[in-house]
Amino acid sequence: MQNVSLSIEKGEFVILTGPSGCGKTTFCRCLNGLIPNFYSGEFQGDLIVDEVNVSDKSTAELSKHIGFVFQNPENQLFSLSVERDVAFGLENLGVPKEEAVARVRWAMKSTGIENLRNKAPYELSGGQQQRAAIAGVLAMKPNIIVLDEPTSFLDPKSAEDIVGVIAQLNREYRLTTILVEHRLDIVSRYANRVIVMDGGKVVLDGSPSEVYGDKARLIGIGLPKVTTLFHMLRREGFPLVTNPITVEQASAELRKVFQQ
Amino acid sequence: MISVNNVSYRYTGTSSDVLTNVNLQIQNGEFVAIMGENGAGKTTLVKMFNGLLKPREGTVCIDGVNTTEKSVAQLSRDVGLIFQNPDHQLFAETVSEELSFSLRNFGFDEEVIKRRVTNISNALDLEKYRDSSPFILSGGERKRVALAAILVWDPKHIIMDEPTIGQDYLQKDRLRNFIVQLISQGKTVVIVTHDVEFVAECKPRIVLLSKGTIIADDSASKILTSDETLARASLVRPQIAELIHQLPISGKPPDIIDAYEARDFLIPRLKMQIQTPKN
Repeated sequence: MQNVSLSIEKGEFVILTGPSGCGKTTFCRCLNGLIPNFYSGEFQGDLIVDEVNVSDKSTAELSKHIGFVFQNPENQLFSLSVERDVAFGLENLGVPKEEAVARVRWAMKSTGIENLRNKAPYELSGGQQQRAAIAGVLAMKPNIIVLDEPTSFLDPKSAEDIVGVIAQLNREYRLTTILVEHRLDIVSRYANRVIVMDGGKVVLDGSPSEVYGDKARLIGIGLPKVTTLFHMLRREGFPLVTNPITVEQASAELRKVFQQ
Repeated sequence: MISVNNVSYRYTGTSSDVLTNVNLQIQNGEFVAIMGENGAGKTTLVKMFNGLLKPREGTVCIDGVNTTEKSVAQLSRDVGLIFQNPDHQLFAETVSEELSFSLRNFGFDEEVIKRRVTNISNALDLEKYRDSSPFILSGGERKRVALAAILVWDPKHIIMDEPTIGQDYLQKDRLRNFIVQLISQGKTVVIVTHDVEFVAECKPRIVLLSKGTIIADDSASKILTSDETLARASLVRPQIAELIHQLPISGKPPDIIDAYEARDFLIPRLKMQIQTPKN
């Protein structure tokens, strides 16, 4: 990473994307202090999470502020029951039992897995496992959640469902959401902001329809297919007005043309 | 040719079949995507192709030879299986050692090894990492190293489990071109994938598994536009297919799934609308 400066406000839903090796994962590791505390290297500058400088706090301390969900939920689940898994982080923090029970119940309800509480993680489908991983993070009541390609191991239907769960948490609890993702087709509708990194730098930063243009395409960002189609039609001289990021937006504009 | 005949399988100690009476013939030079919901049996099926798993009932034959008659090592010369998680495969100190390892084991000349490692590194954009440890690379890069480490010994049939996970758009494009090149050399390419948009661009034959049985086997254009079939396998329509579906145009071809097809379909119709507005 080189000279990255940005700030993310409470309640934002940010997609962080860029070509592989662009620094996305490095950026995320900085957010919970894994860098510079656990990885060696040269770190310069300041990173403030919830008014705390990450260099001054342990990763364990920071986990109260910021939660992580990874690609493969199997790596995050290890207990004998979903409920135990969701409670694990809280027990480690020494949260009083009554409050822990209430939080676990709330986290499982918010992610729609109450009925799975006594199941073993290996009995769950991929989508259910990812919900359980999110619930485990949610129970810690972080202000910020970072998800690193959380749907890439899931079938498309489960992927849509998980993205829906994330969007709902973002809306209901103003949970600041940072989603690292290459597959912009399924996530763009929920984001208010897209940050594109390339070669360790932030090269684009704005709303999805601002960011999804020629520059992003040339860097190698996989724009949603409807966005690409509208670019193609504009190049053919059709005066389309919107830069759609969802099927609904694209279809709305084209329907107008065809219903004239 | 990969030939799966009446195959059923269940894991030891479990009581239900992961695969039930699967029949599938894949010709040399074909490009096939195996799709289906999480837990449908996709990975179990492809693990049969190099003999990692042997069927409980039925037979799997590779180029006419039953997999029960050969060791995994022997089968692997012809059937290269690239796992979903590259970390299950990588172990060497540098990328170039990783790529040379199998060739040394197979007893190739150093000269041949060097040439092959260079070729495959160029094809998969890995030359700049020759002397790096695979473990400092990003997830997407490690995946390409794992792919290169198998392709370098030039197997006839190449099976990739979820090759697009963690790959950005340019790398996916490169992967697509590379697959086309492999097929044109007469190799068989089988991918296991959830990536509907990637499949909509590559248009392989799709074999759709659900709950351990094959529920459809047809072209990408047919399967990705058939709602009933998609729902049964937890798939969703690609964006472009959904868009065309929503437009109020009569006489739509039923099978548009990528942006180029959509552009060619829409251009004459948009021209007509703009030139002759009805009001």
